[in-house]
Amino acid sequence: MRRLVQIPEALVGLGILAVLVVMALAAPMLFPGDPLAIKGAPLLPPFQEWSLPLGTDRLGRDVLAELFHGARTSLAVGLAAAAAAIAVGAVIGTLAGFAGGILDETLMRITDAFQTVPSFLLALAFVSVVGPSLTVVVIAIALSAWTGPARVARAEVLSIRERDFVAGARVIGMHPLEIALREVLPNALPPVLALSSVIVASAILIEAALSFLGLGDPNRVTWGGMIAEGRTVLRSAPFLSIVPGIALVLTVLGVYLAGEGVVEGTAVRKGLS
Amino acid sequence: MAMSEPLLAVSGLTKRFHRSGTIVTAAEDISLSISPAETLALAGPSGSGKSTIARLILRLIEPDAGRVDFGGENFLALRGSALRARRARLQMVFQDPLAALNPRATVARVLDDPLRIHALVSRSERPSRIAALLQRVGLSSDLADRYLHEISGGQRQRVAIARAIATKPSLIVLDEAVSALDVSVRSQILELLLDLQRTERIAYLFVSHDLGVVRAFAHRVVLLEGGRITEQGDARAVIDNPQSAIGKALVAAVPRLTTTIQERS
Repeated sequence: MRRLVQIPEALVGLGILAVLVVMALAAPMLFPGDPLAIKGAPLLPPFQEWSLPLGTDRLGRDVLAELFHGARTSLAVGLAAAAAAIAVGAVIGTLAGFAGGILDETLMRITDAFQTVPSFLLALAFVSVVGPSLTVVVIAIALSAWTGPARVARAEVLSIRERDFVAGARVIGMHPLEIALREVLPNALPPVLALSSVIVASAILIEAALSFLGLGDPNRVTWGGMIAEGRTVLRSAPFLSIVPGIALVLTVLGVYLAGEGVVEGTAVRKGLS
Repeated sequence: MAMSEPLLAVSGLTKRFHRSGTIVTAAEDISLSISPAETLALAGPSGSGKSTIARLILRLIEPDAGRVDFGGENFLALRGSALRARRARLQMVFQDPLAALNPRATVARVLDDPLRIHALVSRSERPSRIAALLQRVGLSSDLADRYLHEISGGQRQRVAIARAIATKPSLIVLDEAVSALDVSVRSQILELLLDLQRTERIAYLFVSHDLGVVRAFAHRVVLLEGGRITEQGDARAVIDNPQSAIGKALVAAVPRLTTTIQERS
């Protein structure tokens, strides 16, 4: 942790993430009630009224409240989709790499198939068929994101399965499935986890893009949905699109920088020891 | 061994590896046998196939041809759960316990695995069995909660031996099991292994490149070169008076032994 602070990118990234987490956690306390409720006159510009610092949108809703509640959605979707993608990818990659043969071929061809479809198109198709809700959006994003972790896990397992502790587990009669999931998988995880920042960042962007197209959860405030809302009044009230846009850029940047910092920090530690 | 039915009988065991176009013979027509409570050493220079042969017998690698009978049963014909169940009787101790045991495990988990997998004792009795196993190999039962990287190399190898004897095997393959230990620890571990052999009647397949240790520890020895058996017989007889070229070269490489041979002649 101390080493992370010494890397400036990591410091900036962790700082942005900390602000985001505080926003997400504080949202229900600072802005209780429905953030989609009307709070004042419509299209109030920012910094005009003390109670509505970032103004209101087309329907008179508090932009700052929407921004805070939107942070919750972005963070929740990003983390849940990344966790699901890494869990599924790591298990599939481990089984493919450990079993080898036909199972490996089958699983990797399925991985290829998912990888050749553009990830946003896959998410779009899935949500438009199943219908928009937060869970569906998370599944839709994970559906295209698990292939990266699967490939990395498989490559790692191919070298781990030749190690003596796997032979040792076979000698005591351990079931191959238990060897794969309990002995091999935990040792293959570190390089897979290094992918998580990229996955979280792209998940947040895909969620925003889905919401922009009206395929997000309609009962939740999302930054992508806010940008879409502001689009119709882009000339008269550009701040309605710019404010959530900046939040989105900063969040993705923060996740990415923090992830890079963690990877670099652990690499330095390995190099020193 | 004519006096009793062999515990392990290997005949015609053959394995070839295909590496970048060329064929490497790791084991060629290997035949050997081990009686109960006997120690057979597999010795030879590095690359002679001794570790591969041990792993073929354990079915960590599948042979191309040959037969392995263990406890009067065709070991190579066993599949799936039958093979996993039979593995309780045929155990292995590796050269480097830190590499051969899950690096993220505690001592208790390492010893719990064989007890759980083979359902040898009920869940509630396992902690006391683990403590008994640790004491049997000369360790304090307080070590159970430690991680493997927190204990010394000699203690780790004792833990590996405790894991191997947890399922009450009749044969243990010792693959260079004392080669990485320093001399004083090595003699303590060998002493422990001899004591286990006396009390539990365990047979050993002792894979080693160190003829000095082989001469002191094994009853019989099989010398290997290029995957073939070049010489075999009583360990002291073979090492004190090798007949084959590789046997003479190996003995010459052990300084202490050459001097005793020179003194004698």
